[in-house]
Amino acid sequence: MSYGLMATEILTALLALGLLVLGLIAPKEEQKGIGYLAVAGLIGIFLVTLVNFKATGSLYQGMFLVDSFGSFFKLVFLAAGILVSLSATHYVSCISSNRGEFFALLVTATLGMMVMASAGDFVTLYIGLELMTISFYILTSYLSGNAKSSEAGLKYLILGAMSSAVLLYGMSLVYGITGTVIISQIASGIRVEPALILGLVFLLAGFGFKISAVPFQMWAPDIYEGAPTPVTAYLAVGSKAAGFVVLLRVFLSAFPDLASSWVNLVAILAAATIIFGNLVAIPQTNIKRLLAYSSIAQAGYILVGLVAVSELGAKGVMFYSMLYVFANVGAFAVAIAVGAFTGSDEIKDFAGLSQRSPFLASAMVVFLLSMAGIPPLAGFVGKFYLFAAIVEKGFLWLAFVAFVMSMVSVYYYLSVARVMFLDEPEDMTPVPISAGLRTALLVAMIVTILVGVYPAPLSELANVAASALF
Amino acid sequence: MSGFPVDPSFPFLSLILLAPVIGALIIVFIPKEEYKTIKSVAAVATGVSLVLTLITYFGYDKTIGGMQFLENIPWTKDLGVTYALGVDGISLPMALLTSLIGFSAVYASWNVDKRPKDFFVLLLILISGVMGTFLARDLFIFFLFYEVVVIPIYIMVIIWGSSKRVTKEYAGMKLTIYLLIGSAFLLVGVVALYVTAAKYLGYPTMDIETLATKVAFDKPFQIFAFGLMAFGFGTLLSMFPFHAWSPDGYAGAPTAVSMIHAGVLKKIGGYGLIRIGLFMMPLGAKFWAPIIAILAVGNVCYAALICLIQKDLKYVVGYSSVSHMGYVLLAVAALNVVSVNGAVAQMFAHGVMAALFFAMIGNLYEKSHTRHIPDLGGLAHQMPRLAVGFMIAGLASLGLPGTASFVAEFTIFMGTFGVYQVLAIMAITGVILTAVYILRTLANVLYGPRKPEWDHLKDIHGPELVPLYVLATAILVAGIFPSLLMDMINNGVGPLLAKIASTTMIGGGF
Repeated sequence: MSYGLMATEILTALLALGLLVLGLIAPKEEQKGIGYLAVAGLIGIFLVTLVNFKATGSLYQGMFLVDSFGSFFKLVFLAAGILVSLSATHYVSCISSNRGEFFALLVTATLGMMVMASAGDFVTLYIGLELMTISFYILTSYLSGNAKSSEAGLKYLILGAMSSAVLLYGMSLVYGITGTVIISQIASGIRVEPALILGLVFLLAGFGFKISAVPFQMWAPDIYEGAPTPVTAYLAVGSKAAGFVVLLRVFLSAFPDLASSWVNLVAILAAATIIFGNLVAIPQTNIKRLLAYSSIAQAGYILVGLVAVSELGAKGVMFYSMLYVFANVGAFAVAIAVGAFTGSDEIKDFAGLSQRSPFLASAMVVFLLSMAGIPPLAGFVGKFYLFAAIVEKGFLWLAFVAFVMSMVSVYYYLSVARVMFLDEPEDMTPVPISAGLRTALLVAMIVTILVGVYPAPLSELANVAASALF
Repeated sequence: MSGFPVDPSFPFLSLILLAPVIGALIIVFIPKEEYKTIKSVAAVATGVSLVLTLITYFGYDKTIGGMQFLENIPWTKDLGVTYALGVDGISLPMALLTSLIGFSAVYASWNVDKRPKDFFVLLLILISGVMGTFLARDLFIFFLFYEVVVIPIYIMVIIWGSSKRVTKEYAGMKLTIYLLIGSAFLLVGVVALYVTAAKYLGYPTMDIETLATKVAFDKPFQIFAFGLMAFGFGTLLSMFPFHAWSPDGYAGAPTAVSMIHAGVLKKIGGYGLIRIGLFMMPLGAKFWAPIIAILAVGNVCYAALICLIQKDLKYVVGYSSVSHMGYVLLAVAALNVVSVNGAVAQMFAHGVMAALFFAMIGNLYEKSHTRHIPDLGGLAHQMPRLAVGFMIAGLASLGLPGTASFVAEFTIFMGTFGVYQVLAIMAITGVILTAVYILRTLANVLYGPRKPEWDHLKDIHGPELVPLYVLATAILVAGIFPSLLMDMINNGVGPLLAKIASTTMIGGGF
């Protein structure tokens, strides 16, 4: 057994513990450095993962899998973790108490996601899921004394626990029928029975909660609004991508033979998610709520890739998840900068941002338009991969819904642009941007544009990862 | 005629595309108070683009024909997308049109003094995007450029537009949503085409020529896909009844955007219908042609009737452009070489004419702050040069012999009459209506007794004259020497339609 295969996870765990200890012993005024330390550590782990991208193997009798499919998603989580940590450094230093643990928790959440990406059986999967979710419970309610944050934490705890219960019940049903929890062995033990179908639906509901697919999306807007903005960004990106990694792994390697019975259900959920997310986003006046509904819609687009049940579809999911990280964290980072300065998350406070800070305004436009799928930004290519995959399988109606709704989404994204470019600001003071935030924004913007203009490298990487799954 | 000698391996087309982008990048680094420098950079960038387009136009070898000045750079292999550029007899007139209007649009915006830096950056991106659609030989790249255009237009309308009958925010959003919903249908069509072709060929490709010649799409599929295309491109071309965005959009937009939008952007619809619709899906085209022809007559007559009662100059030209696009649609629907020649010529002719019209209206509005026709009158006394511009645009609009539009409309009716007799006759009434509203508008604005309240208006002068010179020259040269334009177009349309005729024979037979 080679522990080298687990290098990524072990390093991440060490980083989390190190940060925790540092948070305890470092004097209060020097704790700002912890954020940068976390960033440096995550970048190191990112490089390690990238170097070992093609490593394959399994540990503990198949409970822990290492393959490029999992590695790709680990890169997604790490990229998200790095960007979020960068944009959180200044934010966290403004929190009055308990600054030290913030980054440690962020890293444990990342560790949880990584374990999910490598889960070979239901037990490992559940452990990873809980590690991630419990870290998020704390992070969500991190602003002690802020009623909204505490409310969000409590809501997330109750609803999250419930969804975990549903998921566990689904797992136990599948185990009961097939006699195994190892994901790769489930396929051979399948007997089609009502109980198994019920188990599948419960699994879908449990994962659907994590990716906030309709009808399991009600928690998202409230919690996104109440949580500290960097946490919201990570929740919207990391937790969602982690939901997709297990969704793909379980449904495509355990239940591909039952595809005929779940594909239509997923297609309908995807369509409902896209329509609901986009339509409800239109009247929003709070940027975090708007981004919450937009991220629900984005989850719908990604879910479309699962409907294809093909390598092309899985590749679309991966490609889109990666570029979604940069666009979404970028948009939240702009919200962090503006929110830190004006003290509010209302869209009307973005008025005249193009004159107060042209950099923030143009970055925001790039991120929003990428999510809307306007070329030459990354989102366009991503959507093309996803929708081409389902058209190939004959789901033309779903492609119709997705394309038309992404054009509808331009309406509310542009409404934000209109406020930034057209409305006169109340005062002309430039919005200050901390160094970490500026770096995060720059990186996110460059990647979003670069992947749109030249998608080949990322697409090759996603190709390798997708073929590992089939 | 083999054109004058140029080296075809030199990347002319990429430079035509890049010149405005480089200009935009330079402007980003110029301090925003340097109004003069910003404008000069924009003028030089579009000027370079114009000169290069002229070189390719006259350097194109008509004896060889087909796509020339090819450039190929693989882009994403697994999608089969190549950055492939090239021009033929259809795209060259469109590219020339874009360059002419782009160059004039910079001068028509010479007096923009509100955030000029942002304005010219967006304008240059817009010009480059429109140009890209005409130069692309790859379906994906075509779309990429098309959608790049939509967002700058929105931002330009809401910042520099004007609110009259509708607010500029409303006009901008209406225009954007119409075009994007249209493009959503197009994209579904494109994805379906792409996937079907990949199955047929065994490898993915987006190359327009390969898709059109090597893949035999079956008839039901063609009908389905062409329907989507006709809707998408039709919306862009302001096909009746999906035209509502066009007059409101033009009225709200700043002058340069109206010029580019009415002048070239709309033509992407007609160009796409011919290059992608007719070329790839001849059977689908045959199925939908009669319906398109009927809607086209709706365009011509309905919009012309509305023009009669408009009081705002921009709405007159806006509805008039909807009406003129009816001729293009009718000609495309007639599906023969002569009519499609006419359609392309009409796109060129209408482009320069509409741009000149909007440039003149823009000048007038800048000075008088009104576009309300009853308030104006007798302006030829105070502004003789402006009046000349208006007259040339107006007479071109009603198809006076000696202007480019005459050649175009004549060819269209020659080609259409044999196919749709009744519809062609109905469409000809549109010519009469056009004469009525154009002459009435010109008379009410330019002639009549001198109105003392307009005595303070200064005639157009200096840089403001550039659009007049450039566009009027184009109208007259193309009108007096039609062979310059028509030979080129015929060279492109001929082979394209010949292919259609043969595929149709083999495919379904008629």
